[in-house]
Amino acid sequence: MQAFTTLTGIAAPLPKANVDTDQIIPARFLKSISRLGFGKNLFANFRYKEDGSENPDFVLNQEPYRKAEVLIAFENFGCGSSREHAPWALLDFGIRCVIAPDFADIFHNNCFKNGVLPVRLPKEVCAQLMEDAKLGANARITVDLEREVVVRPNGQEIAFKIDPLRRHLLLNGLDDIGQTMQHAPAIDSFEAKQKAAQPWLYA
Amino acid sequence: MSAQKPRTLFDKIWDAHVVETLPDGTALLYIDLHLTHEVTTPQAFDGLRAAGRKIRRPEATLGVIDHNIATDASRYTGIVDPESRLQVETLEKNAAEFGMPLIPLLDERQGIVHVIGPELGRSLPGMTIVCGDSHTSTHGAMGALAFGIGTSEVEHVLATQTLLQKPAKNMRISVDGNLAFGCSAKDIVLAIIGRIGTAGGTGHVIEYAGDAIRALDMAGRMTVCNMSIEGGARAGMVAPDQTTYDYIAKTPNGPKGAALARAMEWWKTLPSDAAAHFDTELRLDAHAIAPQVTWGTNPEAVLPITGVVPNPADVADEAKRTQMERMVQYMGLTPGQRLQDLKVDVVFIGSCTNSRIEDIRAAAAIAKGRKVADGVRAMVVPGSGLVKKQAEAEGLDRVLREAGFEWREAGCSMCLGMNPDKLTPGQRSASTSNRNFEGRQGPGGRTHLLSPAMAAAAAVAGHLADVRDYQPKETV
Ligand code: SF4
Repeated sequence: MQAFTTLTGIAAPLPKANVDTDQIIPARFLKSISRLGFGKNLFANFRYKEDGSENPDFVLNQEPYRKAEVLIAFENFGCGSSREHAPWALLDFGIRCVIAPDFADIFHNNCFKNGVLPVRLPKEVCAQLMEDAKLGANARITVDLEREVVVRPNGQEIAFKIDPLRRHLLLNGLDDIGQTMQHAPAIDSFEAKQKAAQPWLYA
Repeated sequence: MSAQKPRTLFDKIWDAHVVETLPDGTALLYIDLHLTHEVTTPQAFDGLRAAGRKIRRPEATLGVIDHNIATDASRYTGIVDPESRLQVETLEKNAAEFGMPLIPLLDERQGIVHVIGPELGRSLPGMTIVCGDSHTSTHGAMGALAFGIGTSEVEHVLATQTLLQKPAKNMRISVDGNLAFGCSAKDIVLAIIGRIGTAGGTGHVIEYAGDAIRALDMAGRMTVCNMSIEGGARAGMVAPDQTTYDYIAKTPNGPKGAALARAMEWWKTLPSDAAAHFDTELRLDAHAIAPQVTWGTNPEAVLPITGVVPNPADVADEAKRTQMERMVQYMGLTPGQRLQDLKVDVVFIGSCTNSRIEDIRAAAAIAKGRKVADGVRAMVVPGSGLVKKQAEAEGLDRVLREAGFEWREAGCSMCLGMNPDKLTPGQRSASTSNRNFEGRQGPGGRTHLLSPAMAAAAAVAGHLADVRDYQPKETV
């Protein structure tokens, strides 16, 4: 997994609540067996018209947001299905950070596993950042995971909080399976005890 | 020894599965059953292969093919769509390579992952159950802790049989009293989501309680738990009771005889202690719930069938108003229009929410002796091959076919637009599935969620209809 330390880039404003995973990556694009290539279908139902041409009204089809690395949205971002294709699509497009007042649980989890940073900030702050983002290329924002701050284009710093374990893994680009494997003896002894107490689970 | 603190059903299952607690409070949680399907696993197996890892407990893992297959006879001649075929073949190849048990596509036990787990007796009380699929919450009906995970977590469970998890908060939703005439489990859960909203359960595990829940059969409990995720909850669950045990005793793979008796001793200790603490509590009066139908593009946008399309102009909050305007426009509605006047093009009875034998019986009871309205395509897609077989043994397929419904093979079908069963742009459907998001059933499709009986009523009426006008009083 790619580490996330700090990022300065263009933020795209998506002033919507309840952006669900079917909007982020519609089900008909889930057939790939790879993690790559989902970026072209990120937000496909908004980005393309029925004839397949680009919809110029959608933010990610506009300059400079074609190069956005941060996405700002409103409440309950990522609700709906468990598809990890949602963060894969964001990442493949180039978005490494989503800022919103809150996130759906599974999506939030999935982001961390893929080096995408979900930042929770109060709605008013998101609204402010949304206004910053609308200024386009001259208004880059910085997301610094090391210091846990978002820096607005005017230099104002806004603190956020990330769970310490997740922050550590993300800063170092660590895979949690390797970490968990170190607990193998504990897993072995758990299984031995469970097998004695609940044999039907091992029949 | 200090007396133990009163605990909830969730707390008890959680505590029984913590392998270790990390310094920051994250638990390494043991997983008893891992269900897999073709869509969310290929990248996880790639990860295992790249790292030279194996499946830790293949016998605690079960694969099935359900999402992107056709539900007509074409499955017997091979999958037409090359990408779908590759995804299915990849699962077959991975299962063989890693020794994972897999139910083959043409096996009679094949079906939707959340239908087959309980039906086969693999999903049991007190278990931790995961699947790379958000509707894993369905299995909570068995009195299990069951939740959806992402593909990286699928890989983590395959390799370690554990997950890194933070404890959830406890929420209890009690539905008291008796359900009113014409209502079912689907109406309960839609009414709940209408109350709490799509994010109302975020961070929580919901325990459903109260007489109306206790009175539900297992299929009904599964319908309720299935949609927990639509209310934002991590999981939904119902405490195991005699209904649960009787159900398990009849499953092909559930524990039997002495093993069942021993398991029941533990299962009986699982229900929440009387003094257990819930972070959030909600009570609903079952009798006040009328047959529900969604009008918008998330399941929270729901009303009694007697309702009218709401007017965005009445909403003060700007963001909410904009969202409502978009919903009304996308769904092709006019504020003030009666929901019962909405003509439907397609009726879909199926999905892991409502495709069990009880659901098909409910639909057939309405369809019996009636005809699907002209211009309506109505399909019934059983949740599994075993459900299909049972329905055929009861003659329900005949009743439905005679009424003009299509009778299909098991699978996810029109619940999501990734297999050949799709809506075309602008088509309106009455669907027993769980998501009415924009484009969920196909780009531009308009979905109204409702119960199986309501769906059957819509099919014969040709428009959304009040099932109470179609149901003989004496059957209730
Ligand atoms: S029936 Fe629908 S919700 Fe259920 S597992 Fe299949 S696609 Fe998902």
